[in-house]
Amino acid sequence: MSKNIVLCGVGGQGTILASKLISGAAMNRGIPVKSAETIGMAQRGGSVFSHLRLGDDVDCPMIASGSADIIIGFEPGETVRMLPYLRKGGQVIVSSRPVMPVTAALAGSNYNGSEMLDYIRKKVDKVIVIDTEKACRELGSAKIVNLLLLGAAVNSGALGLDEEDIRKVILTRIPKKFHDLNFKALEYAKKSSL
Amino acid sequence: MHQEFLMGNEAIAMGAIAAGVNLVAGYPGTPSTEVLETVAKRRPQDTYVEWSINEKTAMEVGAGAAYTGARVMVTMKQVGLNVATDPLMSLEYIGVKGGMVVLVADDPGPISSQTEQDTRHFSRFSKLPCFDPSTVQEAYEMVQDAFEYSEKYRTPVFLRSTTRVSHGYASIDVKDEEDYKKNTPEGFIKDTKRWVIFPKLSYQAHINIEARNVELAKEFSSYDKNLLLNMESKAFPKKGIATGGFNYTYVSETLKTLGDARFLKVSTPHPFPEELAVKFLTGLDEVICIEELDPVIERELIYIAGKYQLPVKIYGKLTLDVKNSGENSLDSVMGNLTKFLGVNPPETGALSEDDKAEMPELPVRPPVLCAGCPHRASFYAVKQAMKGKKTLFAGDIGCYTMGNAMPLDMVDTCLCMGAGLGIAQGVDHIEPDTSCFAFVGDSTFFAAAIPGVINAVYNQADMTLVVLDNSTTAMTGHQPHPGTGQTMMGDVVNKVSIEKILKGIGLEFVETVDPLDYKKSVETVKSAAALPGVKAIIFKSPCIAIVKSDKCLAVDNDKCINCRKCIREIGCPALIIRDDKVVIDDSLCTGCGLCSQICPVGAIGGDHHE
Ligand code: SF4
Ligand code: SF4
Repeated sequence: MSKNIVLCGVGGQGTILASKLISGAAMNRGIPVKSAETIGMAQRGGSVFSHLRLGDDVDCPMIASGSADIIIGFEPGETVRMLPYLRKGGQVIVSSRPVMPVTAALAGSNYNGSEMLDYIRKKVDKVIVIDTEKACRELGSAKIVNLLLLGAAVNSGALGLDEEDIRKVILTRIPKKFHDLNFKALEYAKKSSL
Repeated sequence: MHQEFLMGNEAIAMGAIAAGVNLVAGYPGTPSTEVLETVAKRRPQDTYVEWSINEKTAMEVGAGAAYTGARVMVTMKQVGLNVATDPLMSLEYIGVKGGMVVLVADDPGPISSQTEQDTRHFSRFSKLPCFDPSTVQEAYEMVQDAFEYSEKYRTPVFLRSTTRVSHGYASIDVKDEEDYKKNTPEGFIKDTKRWVIFPKLSYQAHINIEARNVELAKEFSSYDKNLLLNMESKAFPKKGIATGGFNYTYVSETLKTLGDARFLKVSTPHPFPEELAVKFLTGLDEVICIEELDPVIERELIYIAGKYQLPVKIYGKLTLDVKNSGENSLDSVMGNLTKFLGVNPPETGALSEDDKAEMPELPVRPPVLCAGCPHRASFYAVKQAMKGKKTLFAGDIGCYTMGNAMPLDMVDTCLCMGAGLGIAQGVDHIEPDTSCFAFVGDSTFFAAAIPGVINAVYNQADMTLVVLDNSTTAMTGHQPHPGTGQTMMGDVVNKVSIEKILKGIGLEFVETVDPLDYKKSVETVKSAAALPGVKAIIFKSPCIAIVKSDKCLAVDNDKCINCRKCIREIGCPALIIRDDKVVIDDSLCTGCGLCSQICPVGAIGGDHHE
């Protein structure tokens, strides 16, 4: 069994840490992992992605169009950009919080992501939208977006990993002082993605 | 053996360590940087590592060490190889004693580079053997093979990687520490007939190199990473696919869906494994070459088909059956191979073509200077000071290249490391009424700008040099350099002063200013521009990604008159519009204060961080 996962967002949003947690969790289970991600100039506020492939029979770390089992989107517009990668029947997890590009601010645009969310809802059956802005306010931290999305992804079953796998990898990969907060974010994600 | 989850560049570093590397030198450049950083992090105690001031110096440091019998790796990106060409071309004639691997990372796309040059070509031009890994595991193993070949044939060898190998991750098998090779250098032994290049020696060396490459081509035909697969394909008996490097994974992945076809994987593009290629071509009617950058494999196969009079038609970039620029992908290779093999592509994913056509317009996100980046303030000060004047703003390579973005629009030219200095002088000599500026970062200053300053002084140019000194090499992930007072060995050393260098060259006007002091910055630029000759301004303020700030400003929306001058003038990504009002995104703002100094009604202020 192999799993194809796309994570996407805007440079600086923490997609890389989320990708590291998923690969760590898979490796703890003995599942081989290959991945590819954006490094370099685009990290400065550009569109970034990670492709992650879990399983034995994988040669290429990149994913072909129409073959992702799940897209974990940190930003609505960036999620739409990656949607051609989704396979039929695939799962989308998306944060509702938009990141306004400088180009949009300059053009005086009111980009707020809602048009993007509408498109995703219209085209994809399995969608979980997480209001990360609200969740961050309620949990009192802006640094848990990745855990909220990851929690929802695990719950959807589309990762082929369970909550316990993620908890374990948090314990080894993330500084102790953030453990409680991260676990709370997982719980929160479970409740709001039901 | 044990398993580790490594980035391709980390795997190359671990492979070099396992091969007993004694010295690693390089200059940062995406996508090569993490190789040297990983060696520095995980090196055994007696391995020496340095960021050299540029690739030429790194190559020379490497040569010296290899003369002693040390195992050496030199790292750079593909355009860095251009800088190191001079020593490398001659070094190939002189040869080495210890194994020497030149790691060059190419960048199909290009994703973060000026050119799509192909180091496989370079290897042919320079006559150096070249290894081209396709996966993270293979990169780990190949670097060790490369050291062996280098020592056996006493020649530097290329390990050519590409972005997707260098920046891909995989869980791979790596050696345990007790299995690492230990290499103790014999030391430099004087021998002018060996180490001093003269025309006579070069003539003899040339003969030897040509003979060696013939021998190597034979040996490479049985190198276990050059592969010939599916020789007896039933599905496509007359068709073959040739590939190499990362594209091997595209091909093998695609053939899982399309069925087995005969294919050749070339891991040593130079010297080309001719005998293996003849076996591959024999009996085929048609071949397609799947590769990135230049049609290197394709040209070799055409040559071999001609030489052996094999009746086979070869398709690829030269025939425009494969795109001749940019990156390939699983999708593009699927397109190439379904057409070539005459089979149907698999069904599509969740979105139909109609769905894609309905897609809303996506936000455009060019890379921009970070919120609070001091370069933004420097550019803005020069822009305001020179408003209405005829100017040239010559840019350079680094984060500050992004000063080209709207609304700053402050980079008129950008060519290669250090070129801004020369370009400013060239324009000045032809158009003396243009006020010419060259912007250069601190790391680029040391790497490539000093000769340009001396040239300007000597040849009486009128120009202003603007050094954007943020005390790091920011674009490539914050490496130290001579101005930072730290080395890769962790030593604290005397900082080399840019100001003293400039004064030493003979500049009379050298002013250091904090760019976040807007008024003073504008005044300094004005006085510099008014003077004749070569002047320099050093804008000194640390990169916000290394000196983290906990400050943050906010817009007082009662005072704000919604003129949007702040957004229109400086384009800080923290300044956004929400519900038609200007607000500051507190997750991005660093409180640099630039916007508050240009707001006409003083609506921006405060320190709103808890
Ligand atoms: S103070 Fe103004 S210019 Fe500086 S980072 Fe904050 S919003 Fe951007
Ligand atoms: S420059 Fe000042 S007044 Fe004008 S929009 Fe910005 S904050 Fe408001």
